[in-house]
Amino acid sequence: MKRLSGLFWSILFLLVPVLGVATFAVAPAYDIWLPKDVSEHGAAVDGLFYFILGLTGVVFIATEVVLFWFLWKYDESKGNGPVKYVHGSHTLEVVWTIIPAAVLLFISIYQMNTWADVKMRRPDMAPTVEVIGRQFEWRLRYPGRDGMLGTPDDLHLVNDLHLPIDEDILVQLKSMDVLHSFFLPNVRIKQDAVPGMKIPVWFKAREEGVFDIVCAELCGWGHYKMKGRVTFESREAFDRWLERKYAEQEATQPESTAAVAVGQSADKELLASR
Amino acid sequence: MSTADSTATSVQHAPHAPETGHHQAAPQGGLSTFLSTYVFSKDHKVIGLQFLFSTLLWFLVGGLLALAVRWQVAWPWSDVPVLGKLFAQQGGQMAPEFYTMLFTMHATVMIFLVIIPVLAGAFGNFLIPLMIGADDMAFPTLNMLSYWFMWPAFIAFSASFFVEGGAASSGWTSYPTLSTNVNSSPGSGWGQTLWLVGLTFVGVSSMLGSVNYMTTIILMRAPGMTMFRLPMTIWAMFITAVLQAFALPVLTAAGFMQLFDRTLGTGFFTPEGNIVNNAVATAGGGQPLLWQHLFWFYSHPAVYIMILPAMGMVSDILTCFARKPLFGYRPMVYSVAGIAGLGFIVWGHHMFMSGMNPALGVTFMVSTMMIALPSAVKTFNWLGTIWGGKIQFTTSMLFALSFVSMFIIGGLSGIFMAATPVDIFIHDTYFIVAHFHYVLFAGTAMGVWAAIYFWFPKMFGRTMNEFWGKVHFFLTFIFLNGTFFTMHILGAVGFPRRLADAYHYETFHHLQPLNAFMTYCAIGMVATQIIFAVNFFWSMFFGPVAGRNPWNANTLEWTAPSPPGHGNFDYQPVVYRGPYEYSVPGVEQDHLMQTDPPNPEAAAAAAAAH
Repeated sequence: MKRLSGLFWSILFLLVPVLGVATFAVAPAYDIWLPKDVSEHGAAVDGLFYFILGLTGVVFIATEVVLFWFLWKYDESKGNGPVKYVHGSHTLEVVWTIIPAAVLLFISIYQMNTWADVKMRRPDMAPTVEVIGRQFEWRLRYPGRDGMLGTPDDLHLVNDLHLPIDEDILVQLKSMDVLHSFFLPNVRIKQDAVPGMKIPVWFKAREEGVFDIVCAELCGWGHYKMKGRVTFESREAFDRWLERKYAEQEATQPESTAAVAVGQSADKELLASR
Repeated sequence: MSTADSTATSVQHAPHAPETGHHQAAPQGGLSTFLSTYVFSKDHKVIGLQFLFSTLLWFLVGGLLALAVRWQVAWPWSDVPVLGKLFAQQGGQMAPEFYTMLFTMHATVMIFLVIIPVLAGAFGNFLIPLMIGADDMAFPTLNMLSYWFMWPAFIAFSASFFVEGGAASSGWTSYPTLSTNVNSSPGSGWGQTLWLVGLTFVGVSSMLGSVNYMTTIILMRAPGMTMFRLPMTIWAMFITAVLQAFALPVLTAAGFMQLFDRTLGTGFFTPEGNIVNNAVATAGGGQPLLWQHLFWFYSHPAVYIMILPAMGMVSDILTCFARKPLFGYRPMVYSVAGIAGLGFIVWGHHMFMSGMNPALGVTFMVSTMMIALPSAVKTFNWLGTIWGGKIQFTTSMLFALSFVSMFIIGGLSGIFMAATPVDIFIHDTYFIVAHFHYVLFAGTAMGVWAAIYFWFPKMFGRTMNEFWGKVHFFLTFIFLNGTFFTMHILGAVGFPRRLADAYHYETFHHLQPLNAFMTYCAIGMVATQIIFAVNFFWSMFFGPVAGRNPWNANTLEWTAPSPPGHGNFDYQPVVYRGPYEYSVPGVEQDHLMQTDPPNPEAAAAAAAAH
């Protein structure tokens, strides 16, 4: 009876690696996995994810199986010989300190380049668009015909971001009120928007399509509905779209008051997008 | 010196004598005795139990809050059963601001009113004097106050649910400007102010405890109890106390700064011209990121405050039920110290996406990777401890083993988010939620259950029911993995935290069935705790009577009566060896207690046999 109970508990602990690995193995089949990546740098991010998954997976399986094996083998009711009276092993301590240290140091250095590409090596260009978080919407501002942000001919939109593919995009990220986070799951981009700061975000999309913009930093009661859409399209289609939106804005606003009527225009866009 | 001198000192001493005699004054019966024995007690064991009962009660509150959160995530905007009628604005449906409040208060209650006080407050108090052979804490009055300073916090947090706008709802991290601007959300009014008040009192309580623990462990060890003969539980409590003493002042200061921003019109965390909800902030010139730095400077070490004592207790329990010395005692001590030291320079890993200089992120990434090392060393040593032992599958041991098994998951998932490029994708998703629940629930909470089943006989003189204990363990273990393991794959899709309803996003619309499964498991997990509660209270009165040492363990508390009376020991404990001398060759019993005097005959016999 005691032996049975020992077996039962050791097998319960064996289920941890078995079901753990099974969960990760089955999840992609149900599409519960990394969403489609359309960015240039995303492959490096995902590659690192898979690399760490593989590495931690091996350690996970190994340690959990060892735990099961010891529980099964050294169960008191098996009536093994005397207990191994040891207080440790200096050699083992050194081995299992140095090997993980080397591995962790390797991961640290290996990933630095990707991090620098995504967050530190900013392309030398004027911002493509300014994205401003506000409870609970994404306000967008494209430079007008003068190619400069902050001038009266800027194009103002809400939640409907369009960007050209196959070229560097530089987003200038701001927040009007509280923290928000500009999360593009399909572009592997996330950056908090902080009131009082202008934070540059850059990436390059490789594929056309329409994807989600998610707010990933708690911004109040309506956090869940702070949703935008990003449309990646060819340069020609993007230019046409920009021209059309610009004409729409011009049609509703006399040119001289375009800057004054910023909020109004944005509200109209919001209504139109609903 | 002269004789005049010596007479002078003796005269000075004289008035002190009757004062010490006061302690043996005749007991005053009735209410005052009851109050001084059970309510305003200065006995560390009573204070420990007060902490234990309070935290278990809050554990129930936190668990129910979690269920309400899970309900909304699984079935958004559907009527909440039973409780829906009580709080709902429209029918039985939950409002989004209510959901925001729920997860904020779930985390707040679990972290500040359950995990930190159950480890340091309940087990720290109960075990430290007993395990080092002292009759009480160094400062009994301070100790009593450390418990009673929790009450203003209990009251502030409870009251905040009933003020206008409800309790705090800017997350347990209270990031400005959501938290500092009263117009930013319903919970940012009185709820947030009371949250800050509560937090401050929890901090005062922890600080009083921390000072006491350090002093007691340094000064009041029994004869022969050198620092390197201390059980791992005490080492962990000691280092935790040091962590608290150094980290807490920063949180307290930051809390006051936020309170001033909200009430006195300062602008520590508010930038110039900040407009929230069409209301312009009165002051500016501050920086929202400053709060994040200050908050995590405390709250990252706090993560270790929330796990180190559990690691210590699990080490002691594993050795006892493997009947084997701890593998690598000194490396274990050094790795706890290493975690504590490195714990102060990794806070920035919570801020990789915050807008902090990305170059600084690289520094924090390297230190974060390195902190995985002492955790790995500890895990290997635990495995080394059960290797070649005689494992007894008691309830306590099962919980301790599951701590090891689950900590491996929580530790390894940490490497994903330490890797900054991967963190870009998984930051603020359910991958993070999975990670910290594996450390704090599947780790610490399982460690706490191991400790409750293990030290229950010392606390109440009776043992808990083993059969129902194992049922409790089995169901908790299954349900917790059903609830939390699935969060990893949810996070792999990028499913964000803290969203009242994420299914309107194209990326996440298909994840509802998985979330429903997790909620069923969570309901099962909370329901399972009924078994624990019944077992706990039934055993307290009707469980089999335990002797002094029901588990044949080695440490000092097992030489005291169960439960120990006031003053703990009915003799002066003298320590001859370390705490882990199990199955010593040549010794008849399979354990050699720290107080067992060395037997010259046995030693001689062992030498002859070689």
